[in-house]
Amino acid sequence: MFDGVLQALLQGGLLGGYYAIIAAGLSLMVGVVRFINLAHGDMAVLGAMVTITLTEVGGVPVLWSIMIMLPAMALMGWVMHATLFQRAMRGGFLLPILVTIGLGAALQNGMFGLWGSNTRSLGASIGELSWASWILPGGIILGKLPVLIFVTAVVVIGALHLMLKKTKLGRAIRATASDPEAAEMCGVSSRQAHRAAAAIAVTLAALAGVFLAMRGQVTPYSGPAQLIFAFEAVVIGGIGSLGGTLIGGMVLGVSQSLGGLISPQGSLLAGHLVFVSVLIWRLSRDWARDHGGWRASLAISAIKLRRRLTGGAPAPDRAPSSKGAA
Amino acid sequence: MMTRLIVENLTCRHGLLTAVRDVSFALRAGEVLCVIGANGAGKTTLMNAIAGTHRPVGGRIALDGVDVTAQPAFARVRSGIAMSPEGRRLFADMTVRENLLIAAENGRAGDWTLARVLQAFPQLRPLTDMPAGRLSGGQRQAAAIGRALLTNPVVLLLDEVSLGLSPAAVEGVYQSLAMIKEARTTTMVVVEQDLTRALGFADQVLCMAEGQTELQGMPGHLSREQITDAYFGIHDKELSDV
Amino acid sequence: MNRHHVIAGISAPDRRLMAAGGLIALGLFALPLFGSALVVDKLTLLMVYIILAVMWNLLAGYAGLVSVGQQAFIGLGGYFVLRLVESGMPPFLAIGLGGFLVLLAAWPLSWLVLRLKPAEFAVAMWVLAETIRSIVMFDPLVQGETGRSLVSLNAIDPDVRRTTIYLMAVVAVVVSLVLSHALLRGRLGGESQAIRDDEEAASSVGVSTLRVKRWIFLISAVGCAIAGTIWLASAITFQPRSAFGINWSIFMLFMVLVGGLGSYLGPVLGALLFFALQEVFGDFGAWYLAGIGVVAILFALFAPRGIMGLIIGKTGQEPLSMRKLLIMREG
Repeated sequence: MFDGVLQALLQGGLLGGYYAIIAAGLSLMVGVVRFINLAHGDMAVLGAMVTITLTEVGGVPVLWSIMIMLPAMALMGWVMHATLFQRAMRGGFLLPILVTIGLGAALQNGMFGLWGSNTRSLGASIGELSWASWILPGGIILGKLPVLIFVTAVVVIGALHLMLKKTKLGRAIRATASDPEAAEMCGVSSRQAHRAAAAIAVTLAALAGVFLAMRGQVTPYSGPAQLIFAFEAVVIGGIGSLGGTLIGGMVLGVSQSLGGLISPQGSLLAGHLVFVSVLIWRLSRDWARDHGGWRASLAISAIKLRRRLTGGAPAPDRAPSSKGAA
Repeated sequence: MMTRLIVENLTCRHGLLTAVRDVSFALRAGEVLCVIGANGAGKTTLMNAIAGTHRPVGGRIALDGVDVTAQPAFARVRSGIAMSPEGRRLFADMTVRENLLIAAENGRAGDWTLARVLQAFPQLRPLTDMPAGRLSGGQRQAAAIGRALLTNPVVLLLDEVSLGLSPAAVEGVYQSLAMIKEARTTTMVVVEQDLTRALGFADQVLCMAEGQTELQGMPGHLSREQITDAYFGIHDKELSDV
Repeated sequence: MNRHHVIAGISAPDRRLMAAGGLIALGLFALPLFGSALVVDKLTLLMVYIILAVMWNLLAGYAGLVSVGQQAFIGLGGYFVLRLVESGMPPFLAIGLGGFLVLLAAWPLSWLVLRLKPAEFAVAMWVLAETIRSIVMFDPLVQGETGRSLVSLNAIDPDVRRTTIYLMAVVAVVVSLVLSHALLRGRLGGESQAIRDDEEAASSVGVSTLRVKRWIFLISAVGCAIAGTIWLASAITFQPRSAFGINWSIFMLFMVLVGGLGSYLGPVLGALLFFALQEVFGDFGAWYLAGIGVVAILFALFAPRGIMGLIIGKTGQEPLSMRKLLIMREG
């Protein structure tokens, strides 16, 4: 039993690397562009499909396929932002959601039309990497591929962090995230910064898609689930923080693999429940903060409840120390 | 000498409200214009329109004879118009050095370097690695002006220079601005609430009330009374004849 | 603080439209007398689409809540009916009770999701739909991905079953249209309009944005659940993947967006169009669905107010407009 838990913790943590890569792209878009791309998961699947096709049909070695695919996807992200997203963003929060969910539907079904419903995998193309593993003391099995994915995640997120901190583009992106108008006053084109962020986000999604296809199988309809995992990791880790995204991904991965110990369906559910718990915790904390702290807000709630039960006069809406509209 | 900045019949709206109506002025290289007026007179909107963050509904802005009215803000910075905005608008999570670097990297090439800005604003020297969000009011203003200068502008727009600053901080900022003015290369448009300060510093004064130009001219040619009347938007036949 | 709402009356063309609507409803009730089984089945599906479109429009067009997770309530409604029927309740009673149970489930959820930012709300609803699906799949009755049929419905004579379900669908459409008309012309409509136009201003004049949003959220949840139960009753088999599928959201969004977001008749128009498109191009399968996505993008970018918006642009007025003179006076 103990070994099983240890094994699950380890595998879940490593799985978190995959989630962190796909979540980092989503987080970058939310943090910088304030835009949630609901087709983010479908971009991951597209990246996987393109890589698989280059490898299986084109006969290109896997690594080369990835090297060709990633810049192409970056370009696609850039163009997509310049044509679709930027236009959609002019219509408030509504149009981005409509446009990207439409894009998701178009991508999923377009990929189904092109590639059919068969599940596809890169597993066969990467040889022994897909199953090779190290045996640790105590009989713990450590797959080489999960370790590779996790190490890549740490490297990619570290590189992204350095890029944002140390390069001209990175500073421009951060400045735009913080105050687009002030960034423009410094000579930064916020549109260019947004397009660059979109290109990076799609590249990260596509890279994650490749790992998804190496670890297991993808179908044209795998995208929405990946978006949901990415969103969960982002929310668990804290929106807009790269380090948080890595932790969020690992928490999600660990909860899923622990849930998987209970039952096969438990894996997804455990992930969802951790997400919902984090959400409830965060919203309650904000609610308490807006009502003068935990103690005051709980006390007021108790008074309100008692008055309601005994039919007395209504209690004040909030603690006297707090201010501002609800 | 060529006119550096021309603003012609500029009109700006916020929804239904006309915030700036038919404002015109022209400035030569190195000249300083102070814009004065009560709160809500349209000064900040005028500044934003010149900087490119507010799109005017009418009129024209030209820099060195080139019409820049249609240019977005970032392109105007690259053409040579930079602003230290109302509220400073520093990137709070980024360090002072990063705030300055962004301007230097994305603006024009020129004499202003990080070292020279730190020389002009010595109070920033020990703070370069501090997040901009933790600076005091005076330090923030210095950083915002430094950031604008690092884009190497030919026209520098300074909104609400002394708002919220201690008298000592105001003195420090104006000492630095005086150095810039002495060089007579950078044209400045300054929004200043302190009348004495504005009249002492400006080559030209523009007084606005309710979006319109009430009074315009060289400080030496205007009486204190004329200016205070214009400031409060008092319309008087005798005054409008001046 | 007292507020008086001054509301403009109903115009003559609108009265004629409403009368026509009443006649169409009567015709729909009479249809099973002469329509073939196939027509009745197809029209049941159309009714389901209309309910969904009206409910999604109520949510997005009037409360500014864009959800891509309404399938949570469609699926949950279906699941509750399955559960109730399996425990021995008569099927048609279960269909009614299913909606009520979804109301009970949606109440605590509303506390959670309505406090989120608009874009987060959209995705969080989706995640919640997935969460509820995972929970439902724990029920051995559902048999995982396989799903389960409403066996007891099969015991009923097919013609009786078909007609009953159809009539329930027509009643549900009429109720949802009349109810949303009453709501939108009443106090809730004025308040939701104020929120849609300017949330901050609305809350500053004392409109409780959260209360209005919660009401609309709950109504929409129940409406989607009823649509889900009717759909399940006509499709017989409950499969978690399709009942909780994201496709529902894509369809709703398509119908409302193409018909005209925030207009009263737009969603009905959108549902008719979507139904027709599905009849004509449905056989193209995935390519048809991809086309639906592309058309949704094009409408979002180039005609965000849909066909109704184009009509308003041409004629200068909206048929059965819920936009009205709403004057709030402090007294």
